[in-house]
Amino acid sequence: MSETYASYALVVIYSAMAVYVLAFVFFTLDLAKRSAESPRAVAGSTAARASGSAVAASASGSAASATGPGGVGTLERESGPTAESGSGGRRMERIAFALTALAWVLHVAGAVFRGLADGHVPWSNMFEFSLVSSGIVVGVFLFLQFWQNLRFLGTYISGFALVVLGVGTVNFYVPVTPLPPALQSYWLVIHVFVATLGTAFFGVGAGLSIVQLLQTRREADRLARLNFLGTMPTAERLENLAYRVIVVGFVFWTFTLIAGSIWAERAWGRYWGWDTKEVWTFIIWVLFAGYIHARATRGWRGTRSAWLALIGFGAVAFNYTIVNLFFKGLHVYSGL
Amino acid sequence: MDPGITQPKLGFVGMLRFFWRQLTSMRTAIVLLLLLAVAAVPGSMWPQRSSDPNGVIQFFANNPTLAPVLDRIQLFDVYTSAWFSAIYILLFISLIGCVLPRTMHHLRALRTKPPRTPARLDRLAAFRTVTVAPDELAEGTDAAAAIEAARTQLRASGYRVTVFQGAKDLSVSAERGYLRETGNLVFHTALIGVLVAVGLGGGFGYTGQKVVVEGQSFVNVKGSYDSFTPGRFFTDAELQPYRLTLDTFTVTYEEQSIRAYGQPIDYNAKVTTWLPGGKGSDATIKVNEPLEFGGTQLYLLGNGYAPTITVRDGKGNIAFTASVPFLPQDANLTSTGVVRAPDAVPEQLAFRGFFYPTAAQLPSGALTSIHPDLRNPVLTLFAYKGDLGLDSGIPQNVYALDPKDLIQIAGGDSGVAPLELRPGQTVDLPDGLGSVTFDNAAPNAAEGDWSHSVPRFVSLDVHHDPAQGWVLLFAVLAVLGLLSSLFIPRRRVWVKAVEQKSGSLRLEYAGLARGEDPGLDATVESIAARHTGGLKA
Repeated sequence: MSETYASYALVVIYSAMAVYVLAFVFFTLDLAKRSAESPRAVAGSTAARASGSAVAASASGSAASATGPGGVGTLERESGPTAESGSGGRRMERIAFALTALAWVLHVAGAVFRGLADGHVPWSNMFEFSLVSSGIVVGVFLFLQFWQNLRFLGTYISGFALVVLGVGTVNFYVPVTPLPPALQSYWLVIHVFVATLGTAFFGVGAGLSIVQLLQTRREADRLARLNFLGTMPTAERLENLAYRVIVVGFVFWTFTLIAGSIWAERAWGRYWGWDTKEVWTFIIWVLFAGYIHARATRGWRGTRSAWLALIGFGAVAFNYTIVNLFFKGLHVYSGL
Repeated sequence: MDPGITQPKLGFVGMLRFFWRQLTSMRTAIVLLLLLAVAAVPGSMWPQRSSDPNGVIQFFANNPTLAPVLDRIQLFDVYTSAWFSAIYILLFISLIGCVLPRTMHHLRALRTKPPRTPARLDRLAAFRTVTVAPDELAEGTDAAAAIEAARTQLRASGYRVTVFQGAKDLSVSAERGYLRETGNLVFHTALIGVLVAVGLGGGFGYTGQKVVVEGQSFVNVKGSYDSFTPGRFFTDAELQPYRLTLDTFTVTYEEQSIRAYGQPIDYNAKVTTWLPGGKGSDATIKVNEPLEFGGTQLYLLGNGYAPTITVRDGKGNIAFTASVPFLPQDANLTSTGVVRAPDAVPEQLAFRGFFYPTAAQLPSGALTSIHPDLRNPVLTLFAYKGDLGLDSGIPQNVYALDPKDLIQIAGGDSGVAPLELRPGQTVDLPDGLGSVTFDNAAPNAAEGDWSHSVPRFVSLDVHHDPAQGWVLLFAVLAVLGLLSSLFIPRRRVWVKAVEQKSGSLRLEYAGLARGEDPGLDATVESIAARHTGGLKA
């Protein structure tokens, strides 16, 4: 039975990858379309926007219409259709988003089949980490849409999911194996899941920070050719969005750190031992603590804090790949 | 230096104050945080004495010139090194220097009433105004009644409120979200708590390792440990006397999956524990399920086989008999061990052995183990005679034998094949030096069933850390503090009522946030809607 489920899992995972490819293509086409329709006026209006007026942005059909009644620069829920009404909506984006949602359903089905094949939660080796973490990244991206329109990150997210899922499935695939005694603990369910959730929020935050950095350069008229940015929120707003997403990730990461310590105490007899994975979890935590402080410090806001967010997410990726595969330590569960 | 510029003289106290200001500034804190992150990296690149002492020894062997240089700058002890400690101590001083004044300030703020209502509310970020015509108002509603209603409403939503009487208006000033700063302070204080608990608490504890063979006991006194690491402030009083016997140790192996065949899927140590003068009680220790007993936690961290070996000397007397823990060398538990029989006459005897729980022959003729369970147990021994040097007073490793001053009598270059035994067998040593018996622990088992023929041993880690609970408590406080400091908004809200000449009532609502507050506008909106709605007839 287990073998059957494992093969079902592979079939749906490959289907999910195919649909992600389509979603990625449509998201990219949407970016191209954004470039075409972004009026020259937008590039010229940066000065006006910097002074707090968002008129130009909303007139251009931007997702950035940040102006609720009387609240310039505040962040509240998008008022929905108005953001898309500008130039006939974003058809490509809607198609791409629907495809992403479809791919995600397949993706989740793949994880569920793998879990059924395993007889335990499907995150105990490198292949399964890749499967579940990319799934959670996309899931967080999809569900964040109920809060904010972040669809302009679609190219980044679908591309990211495709790469992680693809590399994980093609290079790290291992057949189902039983759990070694050290992993037989409910902490596996909690600790690893929350860590992945934190990773997903950091990932979305990093995407926003990348767009923020591009937008900052463009607003300084140094990247005027990247027209599609004209249809995206202002750098300041992107920074605020990134902060709010990353802060959630930070809370999850703090919890991961503590849950990991409690589990380490149960399994290895000490709650903290500077194992390589513990070291990197600590480094990531400190980097994002630095990021949060930077946001509250003059001279460190804006570009600098965006770079910190990117370095932090870089450390997450490093921890996840290089540390798992090449460093010696107690967390040797890559299964390779 | 440009003579036109005269620097102000700070003096000694001034300099101190200057450094204190610098150290406790947020900018310094960020730089220290980033430095801490960078300084932690080398600890993951080079083996550390604290977590991987064998790795350090190996690194020294492989890089004899580089290793001492790295050692000089403490790269094998990163987390206790002078430079790493300097960074985190500065960071914590900076943190204390930040938290203390903020705590004082916050305590004052907690006792202060909300501030006077600004004259021009329409200048604030979030602002609404509503004018209610006289015929719309409920019976007898004037400015006082409206403000009283606002006061009650805001209070019920958790605001602290004060009413101010202006020249032409009446207003209520309200503030909420003190928990944000409280949480912030709790978070940072809890971090200091974690550091102190780890630093001090570790000092009163101890850790020890003990190898226990099935059927044998362990007594919690210092001398009975194989290795023992006391904390800085440890006294023998921390050791609670108790006794523990390992009754059985069972390992379950994977039998279904071909890929993972023979992989252990469960370890189960059944023990009996005694407190002084008490009755024995049964308990189990498993991986992930340590035993809490006598103020200690006992962890199951290793296991292997302990073949029972009996050595008779040339006169037929028993010179040695015991279950000897053999150290596992691979996943299939090919294990090595050493037996010393100094009491043997006419010559002292020693043995170096390999134990294969499921022996199989390699094409080269050498034996190997192909499964970790007891399916075809074989013990091979190299035998030595001569002075074992135990009287010299130099401590020797019980798991290793230095054959330098000994004469090999079986195996290797001795010309005699190594001794090969199955449980229950006895072989004679050459030259009438005696015999060796590999005792079968289950002699009455069915033919071919070796499953209980050799006792197993477990390696127990015993920990006593009185501060562990404190560390956890501070960690939990830190999370709670973090949650409230990040997600509770701090807001001021004002409601002002002005009676117009026409008899209508003009109501103004405004809000102000400290820091970012995306929900502020919506909050003012909903407060206004609810309040206005309540006033209408």
